[in-house]
Amino acid sequence: MAYQASALQVRDPAALPRLVLTILVLALFWPGFSLTEFDLTALFDTRSRETMGKFVSTFFPLETSPGFLQLVARSTLETLAIATAGTVLAMLLAAPFALAITRSLSISRIGPGRGYWLGRILRLPARFAVMFFRSIPEIVWALLFVRAVGLGPAAGVLAIGVTYGGMLGKVYSEILESNDTRPAAALLETGSGRMAAFFYGLWPVALPELVSYTVYRWECAVRASVIMGFVGAGGLGLQMELSMRMLNGGEVSTILLVFLLLVMLADAVSAILRKVTA
Amino acid sequence: MSLRLDDIRHVYANGYCAVNGVSCAVGTGERVAIIGPSGAGKTTLLRLLATALRPSAGALNVLGADPWRIDRTALRRLRSRIGMVHQAPPIPPRQRVVTAVLAGRLGQWPAWKSLASLVYPADIRGAEQMLGRMEIADKLFERCDRLSGGQLQRVGVARVLYQRPDLILTDEPVSAVDPALSDRVVGELNREAMARGVTLVASLHAVDLALHWFPRVIGVKVGEIAFDLPPVRISDAMLRELYASEMAQAPTQGYQPFEAMVPGVRRKPVYF
Repeated sequence: MAYQASALQVRDPAALPRLVLTILVLALFWPGFSLTEFDLTALFDTRSRETMGKFVSTFFPLETSPGFLQLVARSTLETLAIATAGTVLAMLLAAPFALAITRSLSISRIGPGRGYWLGRILRLPARFAVMFFRSIPEIVWALLFVRAVGLGPAAGVLAIGVTYGGMLGKVYSEILESNDTRPAAALLETGSGRMAAFFYGLWPVALPELVSYTVYRWECAVRASVIMGFVGAGGLGLQMELSMRMLNGGEVSTILLVFLLLVMLADAVSAILRKVTA
Repeated sequence: MSLRLDDIRHVYANGYCAVNGVSCAVGTGERVAIIGPSGAGKTTLLRLLATALRPSAGALNVLGADPWRIDRTALRRLRSRIGMVHQAPPIPPRQRVVTAVLAGRLGQWPAWKSLASLVYPADIRGAEQMLGRMEIADKLFERCDRLSGGQLQRVGVARVLYQRPDLILTDEPVSAVDPALSDRVVGELNREAMARGVTLVASLHAVDLALHWFPRVIGVKVGEIAFDLPPVRISDAMLRELYASEMAQAPTQGYQPFEAMVPGVRRKPVYF
């Protein structure tokens, strides 16, 4: 049978919802800029340019005395250790929560016989716990843990572990849902358990994305450890705080250069891991 | 009795009624082909039989149990006895062929064995044997994204053969396979069902394959059964009527007219 054009004009049914959504999003963004007194022209004002220039000029020349470099090297190692240990702790915390939360592994979705409501109820507190972990900024967790385990890197590790555990748990579960979930669903439909469905159906699909997000979080942990250094959790942050307090711009810029190198390192590690897992 | 459907209906969340009052019974060891134009409800019907979808209305009995009345452990055990060959094989592209085939037994293996098999494949010989029946044994350790569409579809069939289910469901299992191999794959599914005496229900796009291989053919149109007959009693007029909305003639492999088919794949004589 030949195709016959409808007498009525055909309209794209998605056009109106899209337009409404776009307007809504713009309407939401606007107050953000006006409330924060965001004004680009202030950046190029002569007076602010002078003040900024003065501040930046104290950063040069870089501090390169052997004694200071040695100190920076040791702090860098400590920062790397805090970030790495913290991220590993976060992964260990996030993995079970992500597996519990993600809907793509929910057997009840493909068909509840009796007794499936239990899983649905258990999912709620898991979701809430993950939300709680990440809703409190790492610096507050750090202040808390400094009181518990004393000044030093251990507090930083714990703070990163808890906050980033919350973030990773949320994003892991979202990654597991946004990828192709049909392989896992097909396995569940032939009676496979959750763990088997995860490792045979979701893991191979989502691995590169999980890895790259985790490495990115590790990079964030490196930076976060600076802020926590300010409250006594050790590492480069502690060093930076000392330099800032002594108004030694050269030292600060040397430390900033180290951060640049660390971020580049994270980028390289992420690229390599993505290639390995691709 | 392997399958019993009693006035089964399925309405999707968007209000589309894909299966509208289907009743039929399939005995243990029966081999049934489902044909019909696209959108007729073939896939929905198979998903209902696979207990992957819950019917909106009607009574369903699969392998002696009502899947929606039994508890979760029983339902899981029931599902592990059903094997489904999907039209688009739901296999992760990065997975190796051997893992994809062994995944057929996940419903039967204990969790520790499933996980251990990821470290070292638990049954390489078994997987190789099933792939051999699909003539792709040489792809055993290949990654699935290195296979062609037809090869991947045959991995999907090998997985279900390895599962050794009591009910084999296939949803257009050879839509990406070339005609000569299609015949081989559908034949292998039939041999498996006959050898083990299990039930086979296959939706097929190519009418000639359905008429040649299956003793019972169900024609489905707009969610209802149009006819349910042995191939010898299906007339050209019935097929034309079934596919009236889609095309001038019933679809065959590679759209060859019936007359041009190789000897032995010709339809049985038609009685009116």
